[in-house]
Amino acid sequence: MNRLMERYLRLDALPTLFCPGCGNGIVQQAFVTAVDKLGIRDDIACVSGIGCSSWVPCYLDLDVMHTTHGRALAFAQGLKLARPDKKIAVFTGDGDCLAIGGNHFLHACKRNIDLAVIMINNHIYGMTGGQKSPATPQGAATKTSPWGAYDEPIEGADLAICMGATYVARWTTAHPVQLEKSIEAAIKHKGFSFIEVIAQCPTQSGKSVYGDKDPAFIMKKLKENSVIYKEGDHVPAGKIKCGVLHHDNDKTEYIERMETQLRLYAESKAPKTSGEGEQAK
Amino acid sequence: MEPQQREPLPKSGRKTILQGNEACARAAVYAGCRFFAGYPITPSTEIIEVMSSEMVNAGGTFIQMEDEIASACAIVGARWGGKRSMTATSGPGFTLMQETIGFAAVTETPVVIVNVQRGGPSTGQPTMSSQQDIYQVRYGSHGDYEMIALAPSSVQEMYDFTIRAFELSEKFRTPVVLLADEIVGHMREKVIVYDGERQIRGGHRNYVVSPQDDFFTGSNSLVEGQFHDDMGRRIGHLADKSGSFLASLESKIQNHIDEISDVDTFFMEDADIAILAYGSVARPALQAVRSAKGIREEAGAKGRFVGNLRKVLPWKKPDVNPYSHLNVGMIKVNSVWPFPDKEIQRLAKNCKYVFVPEMNVGKYVREVDRCLKHSKVISLRKLGGDLHTPTEILAAIAKEVEQHE
Amino acid sequence: MKVNVDIAHCKGCGICIAFCPKQVFTYSKKRNTYGTATPEPSKEEECIGCRLCEKLCPDAAIQVEETK
Repeated sequence: MNRLMERYLRLDALPTLFCPGCGNGIVQQAFVTAVDKLGIRDDIACVSGIGCSSWVPCYLDLDVMHTTHGRALAFAQGLKLARPDKKIAVFTGDGDCLAIGGNHFLHACKRNIDLAVIMINNHIYGMTGGQKSPATPQGAATKTSPWGAYDEPIEGADLAICMGATYVARWTTAHPVQLEKSIEAAIKHKGFSFIEVIAQCPTQSGKSVYGDKDPAFIMKKLKENSVIYKEGDHVPAGKIKCGVLHHDNDKTEYIERMETQLRLYAESKAPKTSGEGEQAK
Repeated sequence: MEPQQREPLPKSGRKTILQGNEACARAAVYAGCRFFAGYPITPSTEIIEVMSSEMVNAGGTFIQMEDEIASACAIVGARWGGKRSMTATSGPGFTLMQETIGFAAVTETPVVIVNVQRGGPSTGQPTMSSQQDIYQVRYGSHGDYEMIALAPSSVQEMYDFTIRAFELSEKFRTPVVLLADEIVGHMREKVIVYDGERQIRGGHRNYVVSPQDDFFTGSNSLVEGQFHDDMGRRIGHLADKSGSFLASLESKIQNHIDEISDVDTFFMEDADIAILAYGSVARPALQAVRSAKGIREEAGAKGRFVGNLRKVLPWKKPDVNPYSHLNVGMIKVNSVWPFPDKEIQRLAKNCKYVFVPEMNVGKYVREVDRCLKHSKVISLRKLGGDLHTPTEILAAIAKEVEQHE
Repeated sequence: MKVNVDIAHCKGCGICIAFCPKQVFTYSKKRNTYGTATPEPSKEEECIGCRLCEKLCPDAAIQVEETK
């Protein structure tokens, strides 16, 4: 077994419940590599929601919270506010983050709270058996869109940029080294970081989205279809815009902003006296 | 009642006048609450307002979340980060929190949730009181779980029960709900408050199914919403293990029900008619008992509840008391859930009638009826958001008793 | 280079076979616990140590070691 992973996995929980060829394992390894490189094993906790992607941290021998559907970001913000000195990574999926957890996602982005969010986008609800997700491409026939999906897909990374996330990247599972580096940068970044990983789901989205169930075939297709984006580049339609899409070091992080505001308030006003009641005799 | 195994509150405190919601917030700070996440909702908004400044003053953290779902999630997250935490809401928000309450129950997270009840369903009566959430608080989340809920009847109890809620949640590692209502939430009364911070001991390992430590203590905890073993590993697909997991979650509360139960009695020594009340309805109920007995004074009252009841009788002259023939007493249930079966059976064993006044369609009365086999259990329901008046209660009792005798 | 495939963890997805730039892997007749065919580093001597197989293995079943 991979010796690095051996040190980080809960070995008695194996095998993982991921299907053969699932992209989640690749993201898991990229995350572990990044954490190991940063040497912050004891200073990082993982929070995840519900779905295949949210099982990724459950096999890691770290502090892990596997929460309810869509709410990972809300739990993570509570945890982060309780321990501002620590790093929190959030694992979520396209359905978890963009559908049921959409509101939490918007607000967490806007707060620019220091979380590293890894959204594994497999374009489908995998765990429930292949239903249309908010990221399913138009025309894809899924269990709940048998005639082809007609909803316009939501682009997680674009939404994150638009809502004020300060580090946004997109990679596919066919870019493991770049993904590692991005996760490392996201954890280091002080502010809301969002990494969308386009991952293959050979079992559920293989046929409906890519036309083949072979994981290697899908990954090759992902690699062929992706363009590494540099600022100002034109990305042709139908291509996956990969790379670090947005990186803003100037915007203040939520907890810092909160502390600054409290300090400014304290400076502007004399401390209030409580003045309620008198000592009981 | 057996002496409760609990640490007494300090003897000396500071007298002040507070609103119920304010008292709840102050008590939380005293109990060591250092994280509050909330979302404004009538009639609980004063709690989040007070907490927004009090948390900062106490060195804690306050955040106004995007909704009640996120508020409940955030306090669970913060508790695993080692901060004692609380949220406050009312009916519609409480409904949204049910998902997370189930999660907190299954992951054994000690958090306190305040539900200042208003009339429902839906938007219902935002500014009026009710006791309609008595079942939601017990059965609101899906699946089987036990719930501890405390119902205060006065501002002092709002203060004391908030502290008690933190103690119970930490001890049994479970979510505890303070089931207040609009009346106690918005009432202003004399209250004794304490300064400083109360030391609350953490849960005993015996009470906990999966003894996970707080995050970042080197234990590598796995907090898992799926059924899990003591290491957090999933057992949701294994019928026998899941069954015993669920049973142990139940027994950790049910086996210690004597420790959790909190029932007060008033004039029950020789009563053959009992009024069983909880929450703000206990106020007119006690006044009804006193009126029937012609008592103007505070005799028999327990400090934390009845300091402030009206001292006048509904009728001017004691000798024209039309209800003097009713030998009534009152059972006041403070720990509404888990239902204190044995305690109520013992207290009501000589009662021919047990009347249950409630500000709902008659919900808790079903539990009382199930529990008391030898008494006639009668619901005195009142809908619309107003409290029963003492004379209403007495008239209904007199009418009922007359019919049967 | 020494390429170790841990059959106990391999799920036989074939990603390593498809992605190895030197086509080091072929399917062997050995079956894993799922009953699917597993990869075998039959041309191990051609391995250049890029570790792509290691990084792309979803089940962390591959370890590439340098031999001197």
